[in-house]
Amino acid sequence: MKSPKLSMLLAAAIALTAAGCGNDDSGSKAAETSPSAAGADAPVTISVGCQPPKSNPLERTAWDEDVAAFRKLHPNITIDSKDAFPCINPDTFQAKLAGGTMEDVFYVYYTDVKKIITAGQAADISPYVGSVTKLGDLRPDVMSIFKEGDKVYGLPRNNYSMGLVYNRKLFTEAGLDPAAPPKTWAEVREAAKKISGLGAGYVGFGEYSAGNTGGWHFAASLYGRGGEMVTPDGKTAAFNSPEGKAVLENLKTMRWTDNSMGTKQLLQWEDLMRMMGGGKLGMMIGAPDVVQTVNNDFKGKFENYGVTALPEARASLNGGDGYMINPKATPEKIKAAMLWLEFHELTPGQGQFDYARSKQQGRPVGLPIPDLYGDTAPGKEITELRKTNATVPVENFTPFVEGSATIQNKLEPPKSQELYAILDVPMSAVLTRQDADIDKLLADAEAKANKVLAKSS
Amino acid sequence: MTTMTVKGSRRRGPGAFRRGLRRNLTAYGFLCAALICFAFFSWYPMVREVLLSFQQTNFVDDPTWVGLENFRTVTEDSAFADAWLNTLAFTGLALVFGYVIPFVAAIVLNELRHARAYLRFIVYLPVMLPPAVGVLLFKWFYDPGAGLFNQILDLAHLPALSWLDSTDTALISLVIVSTWMNLGTGTLIYLAALQSIPSELYEAAELDGAGIFKRVWHVTIPQTRLILLVMLLLQIVATMQVFIEPYLLTGGGPENATLTVAYLMYQYAFNFGDFGAGGALGLMLMVVLMVFSAFYLRLSRDDQS
Repeated sequence: MKSPKLSMLLAAAIALTAAGCGNDDSGSKAAETSPSAAGADAPVTISVGCQPPKSNPLERTAWDEDVAAFRKLHPNITIDSKDAFPCINPDTFQAKLAGGTMEDVFYVYYTDVKKIITAGQAADISPYVGSVTKLGDLRPDVMSIFKEGDKVYGLPRNNYSMGLVYNRKLFTEAGLDPAAPPKTWAEVREAAKKISGLGAGYVGFGEYSAGNTGGWHFAASLYGRGGEMVTPDGKTAAFNSPEGKAVLENLKTMRWTDNSMGTKQLLQWEDLMRMMGGGKLGMMIGAPDVVQTVNNDFKGKFENYGVTALPEARASLNGGDGYMINPKATPEKIKAAMLWLEFHELTPGQGQFDYARSKQQGRPVGLPIPDLYGDTAPGKEITELRKTNATVPVENFTPFVEGSATIQNKLEPPKSQELYAILDVPMSAVLTRQDADIDKLLADAEAKANKVLAKSS
Repeated sequence: MTTMTVKGSRRRGPGAFRRGLRRNLTAYGFLCAALICFAFFSWYPMVREVLLSFQQTNFVDDPTWVGLENFRTVTEDSAFADAWLNTLAFTGLALVFGYVIPFVAAIVLNELRHARAYLRFIVYLPVMLPPAVGVLLFKWFYDPGAGLFNQILDLAHLPALSWLDSTDTALISLVIVSTWMNLGTGTLIYLAALQSIPSELYEAAELDGAGIFKRVWHVTIPQTRLILLVMLLLQIVATMQVFIEPYLLTGGGPENATLTVAYLMYQYAFNFGDFGAGGALGLMLMVVLMVFSAFYLRLSRDDQS
């Protein structure tokens, strides 16, 4: 007999429901209180999420040094670091919020930002962001992720756009030139065929199709081909288009005609990372941070991988992460949070951008991420610092940097997770069924998506 | 006998009650601890979940009552029907496999004269694996390329199967995992029930010339009727809540072929951030399971009378 699985969800419900009805408003609401009401330099403690875990000693040392340095600059502010790996677990987010254990400054993925804003689960920090000196230089498209109308609800930490990650070693083994990665989908197909021809277990091109990741990569490919997920007003699905059809047809051909996508499907986030790290996957859609993850957590070696722009790309799906503020935080805490975030996440040469220290520590430097400032003065400064202190072969990522320069970055669609769940169906269909009817699959998905979107508007 | 004593003590007045209470203080202490744990970790969340299914909440502000809105949301979802059909199919298949196989295994183990303890250990072994490990082990077994199952098929000169990657085989593949993981517990419970059957009954049956099948049919099954009923209900309750297998192995795919009610509930609550809708689905599942439970209680009462 199996112990009831529901108990897991119900147990989570204890914490989240307890506060849900308790309405324990111990702190004053940020938006309702004037920032000027806060006393100057009064002692304040803020809890901040995403301190690197002990299992990552180098990054943790750097963080702790930064906390100490910040304390010297602002003796009245205490940073109470909260470590976690990964920094956010969607399963516990709501429970932490409900149970009152959510950090004052909490970590978020771009994918969740809009949902959190709509749900009223983050503080409106518009009256406070003025203190961030480089706010105006931050890329407007990145900042727009954290905005709703005129109001600001968070600050970014990392930003990237999607490209094509490839295994340079396998390219060489398959007789391909790793310095000239594919620029068109036809070239991707050819390269994938050659890589999968290396032998059993080699996969030329890998793609997700389960756990909402299939829909996510469908959106990335669709944007690349110039398609749209939803109409401009956000009320109707727009992916049942020639571009959407091309995405699925391309995958279907690679899977069943070329046999270059391996036999195992229903892959989710970790699967492709593991395959990349294992050295048998040739190519996948992904941002430069994939290489970082493959290197740090999946035993891949930095120098074996390269990233190029998404083939034939007209636009690229934006990804990244940042910080939002607990809606129950006091104005003093929000002010302190702005100072910390500016110090640690947004200043060239400092905190996460202290590349000199990273180099000294032997950490990889040189990936074209985070890209928060684009071509502005701080952006150039960061690029320069990165170049001076590079420890990884920067040229492996040059095709991505150069190719992405002219590609428009595009935000995720509204109701993204719901749409991704719906689009897992056509993605899994073309990858697991040779006779999949693409027109019907897209029409069905469109009808479902329209229902979801109609509800949200 | 017990009833009479209680009635007697009641007649003796509050003094006797207090004495009784004092005498059993330790027992009541243990009972209270268990009740508090149940109340806090089982019943309270259940009550809150019921309330939540009629509310919309962001866990920051007061929840608002939305009536049946959450139920409308989930029932209008096209995945709703898929999830229920898959769940029912999974439960049905799990009954066919998971109910019969452990019973047969228990009978075989019970009949054995040698190496019984050793085999019992072997059968129970998979239960000791954490569920996630067991499930992920099967992920490797099911690998369409180098997976164990296809290697075996290959040795037998049979064509390879897509296992999890086909809408035809995905659900049954999950049932196999579930059956394997729970085989040990079921077998052990059946075995305990079998061993409580008086051996004279078998001896009498043997004297009457009954073979093994007749003995099972005329002695074993009638004698274990109650435990069979209990196991049937527990099996239904547990398998209808199937979550970890689709969560870890298929993500509900391909084409929603393994999307179950519990997995859809998880999606609503944690992927879409809509706890009200997740709660509504949970409540529906609970009601269905309660109907089964009521049915079972009725059956077991009939059985006892």
